[in-house]
Amino acid sequence: MGEKFVVMQGDEACARGAILAGCRFFAGYPITPATDIAEVMAAKLPKVGGTFIQMEDEIASASAIIGASLAGVKSMTATSGPGFSLMQEAIGYASMTETPVVFVDVQRTGPSTGFPTKTAQGDIMQSRWGTHGDHAIIVLYPSTVEEIYRYIVTAFNFSEIYRTPVIFLMDETIGHLRESFYLPDPEEFTIVERVTSSSVDQNTIYQPFLEESELDDEIQPLVPMGDTRFHISGLFHDESGFPVGNADEASKLVKHFVNKINLHIDEILIYDSYMIEDAEYLIIAYGSTARSAYRALKLARANGIKAGLFKPITIWPFPANPLRKILSNINGIVVAEMNMGQFAREVMRINKKSIPMETVLREDGELIQPYAIVEALTRISSEHEE
Amino acid sequence: MNKDEALEYLRIGHLPTVWCPGCGNGIVLKAMLEAIKNLGLQKSNIAVVSGIGCSSRATGYIDFNTMHTLHGRAIAFATGVKLARPDLKVIVITGDGDAMAIGGNHFIHACRRNMDLTIIVYNNNIYGMTGGQYSPTTPFGDKATTAPYGNLEKPFDIVEMAKTAGATYIARATTYHYMLMVKYIQKAIAHEGTSVIDAITQCPTYYGRYNKSSDAPGMMQYFKDNSINVEKAKTLSQEELAGKIIIGEFVEVQKSGYVSEYAKLRERLKVGS
Repeated sequence: MGEKFVVMQGDEACARGAILAGCRFFAGYPITPATDIAEVMAAKLPKVGGTFIQMEDEIASASAIIGASLAGVKSMTATSGPGFSLMQEAIGYASMTETPVVFVDVQRTGPSTGFPTKTAQGDIMQSRWGTHGDHAIIVLYPSTVEEIYRYIVTAFNFSEIYRTPVIFLMDETIGHLRESFYLPDPEEFTIVERVTSSSVDQNTIYQPFLEESELDDEIQPLVPMGDTRFHISGLFHDESGFPVGNADEASKLVKHFVNKINLHIDEILIYDSYMIEDAEYLIIAYGSTARSAYRALKLARANGIKAGLFKPITIWPFPANPLRKILSNINGIVVAEMNMGQFAREVMRINKKSIPMETVLREDGELIQPYAIVEALTRISSEHEE
Repeated sequence: MNKDEALEYLRIGHLPTVWCPGCGNGIVLKAMLEAIKNLGLQKSNIAVVSGIGCSSRATGYIDFNTMHTLHGRAIAFATGVKLARPDLKVIVITGDGDAMAIGGNHFIHACRRNMDLTIIVYNNNIYGMTGGQYSPTTPFGDKATTAPYGNLEKPFDIVEMAKTAGATYIARATTYHYMLMVKYIQKAIAHEGTSVIDAITQCPTYYGRYNKSSDAPGMMQYFKDNSINVEKAKTLSQEELAGKIIIGEFVEVQKSGYVSEYAKLRERLKVGS
């Protein structure tokens, strides 16, 4: 089977990529601009032996996918801002119980109902810290339809490998965008499968949270409920999953959640960079804004500004080390994003040498246009020349 | 069921329970274990999903596939489990606050879908875990820590709610009527579709102390004295039924639900392709 040239909508690519990744359960609730994902899942899942259900709300959707995943089926839901807010408690439960699940958030303009049909990148911080308590999370954010198709598979793989909820951020622009690309051959992908009971030692009692120490990077594979009996709880628990009440156990567990992601950060960080070899000025942009940034890069280069572009796919954990490396040769930074500077604040945090920085921000539901980024580059480069 | 038979289904290392002396939750739980034993079900073929509250702690003590989930969401989690593994018998253990207040929406929609779940509501008319606040089933005028002058709200009737929403097996028993409780839970688990058990249980520590009686025998005596069978209740007037607990089986019908309809859909699509 070779590559096929297709025109596909972003939301559809998300659903089709998820099925390729092995997703066989989807629970969702209608919300613009993510509804198309549910519609494609409703049509396709019963044909591949999977199950679709439209739940009564987003809380139920998030809960149902965790239940289905614990029972051994790869699961996903998709929503937008208001629904994503409702799902936060369940995201924490998935973190606490180390259950692999994928939450898609196709961002729209907020807060509250905001502009249901307009674009935004306002959920950057919510995707990281939306649920209460300390935890780590993986957040991926593609910027093209082809990337949606490819990286939703990565999102499922990461959730399986690290036994964690993975947030797949999109925005209205790329969710509703129809774009052509060569549909990759399924053979090209590595799919991480769930383990089964036959792969665990049947002579010992299965301990779903077995780990040697807080610094151990081994992650106990999750065996489906029904294959082996165990207990799952959102309470602090010991290695066997049963509640504990002491401080040491609680601390060990929280550190394990955080460390299991941090210790594998090199495998988790995905990013693209363009023309950074000789770059003096760096644009940082992600999602649909990275598309404007790419155009701005070309325009700036034509104007003689040696610009480069850093486009993170992994938003969380924050790509601190790769960025630091690039920034060592940079005279000015422009961060462009459709919010009031959520990612820019993180860039500032690692900008220890205080390299001059400009932000190009929009929070009004409209796209950032390339010329706005070019203007910022022009300003920051002329200030440097002076 | 004797003690040794009950122990077969318990995680003995995790006892004693968090429940207060005199709490009725253990009676409801034992009735469920006896029902499972009578049905001859394998432990590995049963998943029990609970929410948050006193009764929801039950999942930690019983040796099945067990999930202690979020407040109000047990039915939604259980829906995911059942759709992922239709071969498992899925039982929900929930309380009156968990199922009727924060989880009320999930309860009615599971009933509407006739989702293949057995929902056992441990109904003690109070929030016990948080210290005695009034719940959606606390009778009008009764006292609670958040209703110090008496409850100003009218309660839900869980049976009527389940009936209206479309559940296909519905029964109610109290902890005094243990043998009935076993029988109803047994029928509920064997039933295909949504089955609901309104299990009336005593909380002497909070609800009883503020209202009926602060000792368990006193509360159970109250259940005995005030329960009326559903068939007899049909012959009585509204005045005669005031303050009474109507027990018995209320609905028992066979209807297809989401699980069987979805299986049919898959078959239909196979034929079409």
